Amino acid sequence: MTDGNMKVNIAGVEFKNPVIAASGTFGFGREYGEYYDIACLGGISVKGLTPEPRAGNAAPRVAETPSGMLNSVGLQNPGIDAFLAQELPALRAKDVVILANAAGRSVDEYVYMARRLSDSAVDMIELNISCPNVKQGGVAFGALPQSVYDVVSAVRKVCTKPLMVKLSPNTADITLTARAAEDAGADALSLINTLTGMAIDLDRRRPILANVTGGLSGPAVKPVALRMVYQAAHAVRIPVVGMGGIMTARDALEFLVCGARAIMVGTANFSDPFACPRIIEGIKDYCAQHHIADINALVNTLAV
Amino acid sequence: MKELTLATVLSNRRIAQGIYQMRLDWGKAPAAQPGQYVHVKIPGDSGRILRRPISICRVEGQVLTLVYQLVGEGTRLLSLVSPGQRLDCMGPLGRGFVVEETVNRAAVVGGGIGAAPLLELVAAYPHVAFDIFLGFRTAELAYDVAEFKRYGTVHLYTDDGSLGQKGFATQGLKQALEAADYQAVYACGPQPMLKSLQRAMQGSDIPCYASLEERMACGVGACLGCVCKIKAGDGWQHQRVCADGPVFPLSEVILDD
Ligand SMILES: Cc1cc2nc3c(=O)[nH]c(=O)nc-3n(C[C@H](O)[C@H](O)[C@H](O)COP(=O)(O)OP(=O)(O)OC[C@H]3O[C@@H](n4cnc5c(N)ncnc54)[C@H](O)[C@@H]3O)c2cc1C
Ligand SMILES: Cc1cc2nc3c(=O)[nH]c(=O)nc-3n(C[C@H](O)[C@H](O)[C@H](O)COP(=O)(O)O)c2cc1C
Ligand code: FES
Repeated sequence: MTDGNMKVNIAGVEFKNPVIAASGTFGFGREYGEYYDIACLGGISVKGLTPEPRAGNAAPRVAETPSGMLNSVGLQNPGIDAFLAQELPALRAKDVVILANAAGRSVDEYVYMARRLSDSAVDMIELNISCPNVKQGGVAFGALPQSVYDVVSAVRKVCTKPLMVKLSPNTADITLTARAAEDAGADALSLINTLTGMAIDLDRRRPILANVTGGLSGPAVKPVALRMVYQAAHAVRIPVVGMGGIMTARDALEFLVCGARAIMVGTANFSDPFACPRIIEGIKDYCAQHHIADINALVNTLAV
Repeated sequence: MKELTLATVLSNRRIAQGIYQMRLDWGKAPAAQPGQYVHVKIPGDSGRILRRPISICRVEGQVLTLVYQLVGEGTRLLSLVSPGQRLDCMGPLGRGFVVEETVNRAAVVGGGIGAAPLLELVAAYPHVAFDIFLGFRTAELAYDVAEFKRYGTVHLYTDDGSLGQKGFATQGLKQALEAADYQAVYACGPQPMLKSLQRAMQGSDIPCYASLEERMACGVGACLGCVCKIKAGDGWQHQRVCADGPVFPLSEVILDD
């Protein structure tokens, strides 16, 4: 049987398949590049970048929870200058779509990131708006529709790359923040980022994470992620990329059926370093078995 | 390219109170350095999605031995694995102990389960004369002492004096440092032991390398989940225990409380 079409197009960018490595779980592609050729991926979203290098939070930074994990890495990253000089050239040499995950503490920092990345060889910017807005008492940009609108519209003015906005699930109504991002000029959405949680060491009566709270990811969040992707995809016209707890090809396909055009794989990489290529092969097998000639034909086919 | 290894369990038995030894057929001789670890997938569908880092205790041909302590659910599930079962492992991973060629006399200091990786170290360098300082909480928790004796002079300590001398392994090392002419010290153990070792080594110019522990996710350096603080210039920087370590020069490590 010949392979059907796996290509997807998001905001004018062509991905050779709908599987993208999720930000913060894949570094800049070097480590998993020692396990397989990362050019087999649809895309890679790099670790969240900021204007200056950041040390991130204190350890312990990860805690396992039932069918999931919490992380409080914070935005440890080498900064935009070091990324452009030391990481991007090697990654650019690979035939894979590069999404630059960008973060900031203020609207100005996001705008600065968008300017710098617009002048670079990345294919797309993924705006990580789950960060606290220092000027607004630390409430995350992604929590409120108005602050989503404000940061995305400011970025849109300077951003010449396709702009994907990564939504936070830590909000009252995901359709409102999804629409705010679309109204402000986003070309695409990705969701979900991690859900804020805690893990406790009972006997010591202390939090396991030095940061006290962290972001929940992995299979535990999948039902929430599916619901939010479904709602967001029906609230906007721009393409949606889904993620949250995808471990298998079937998980990935569930997101497509709920309206996602592509998916990202995060925590699964930790359980299985070959998770991404395994999911790609599994999607191909599923399509072959079910006579699906074009992966895009599955998108948004949920019968309710 | 790196691969996963589906290792076959040869044996899995209790060797001390709450401590198990697992021998694995690696399928081929693993290219392992003392101090490296394997990242083990918890078998079955337990919802424990993260792998567990376990140090390589011994490599003999294609047989790799792990020694692990029952801590929580993951290690409890590991203890239930039977011979013949397969275990999904990444590794050997990380940067282990490097014994420079000039070293022919050295001390090793192991505390509790931290003694495990030091066995492969002393076995891998037969030309080095090792003084081996081992500390356990109590006699029931001691393991592999006879094995260590094959590769050096063992000085045994327990907190309660139920085996060897009463006290800590680091006290033994501190006394020995005054007379002995070690060219290097290698250590693995709990944080309080490493702290007291750091104090014991202060003012000494003997290089001391220690294996650190931190909670891990990926094990390969991609997630930044497992950092420790390493001195850099006037300050410090985060380094990854999984990929930049787990072994670091102890004088460069900042151990927080
Ligand atoms: C480089 C390295 C080498 C190690 N070598 C050994 C060894 O040879 N023998 C041995 O018995 N133990 C070793 N450990 C510690 C071992 O990884 C933990 O005891 C084990 O992961 C506990 O799993 P659990 O499910 O039983 O405990 P739980 O507490 O239920 O585990 C929950 C989570 O916390 C993590 N965790 C808990 N305690 C530790 C710890 N001390 N260090 C790192 N992660 C932890 C687990 O990996 C898991 O993700 C090593 C740790 C590191 C970092
Ligand atoms: C260790 C870790 C680090 C992460 N870092 C980032 C980050 O820098 N930027 C970002 O937008 N999302 C980050 N995420 C969130 C993931 O990209 C993803 O949205 C989330 O984990 C849900 O997907 P999953 O369940 O497949 O992991 C991180 C997640 C983990 C587990
Ligand atoms: S465990 Fe992921 S970087 Fe060390």
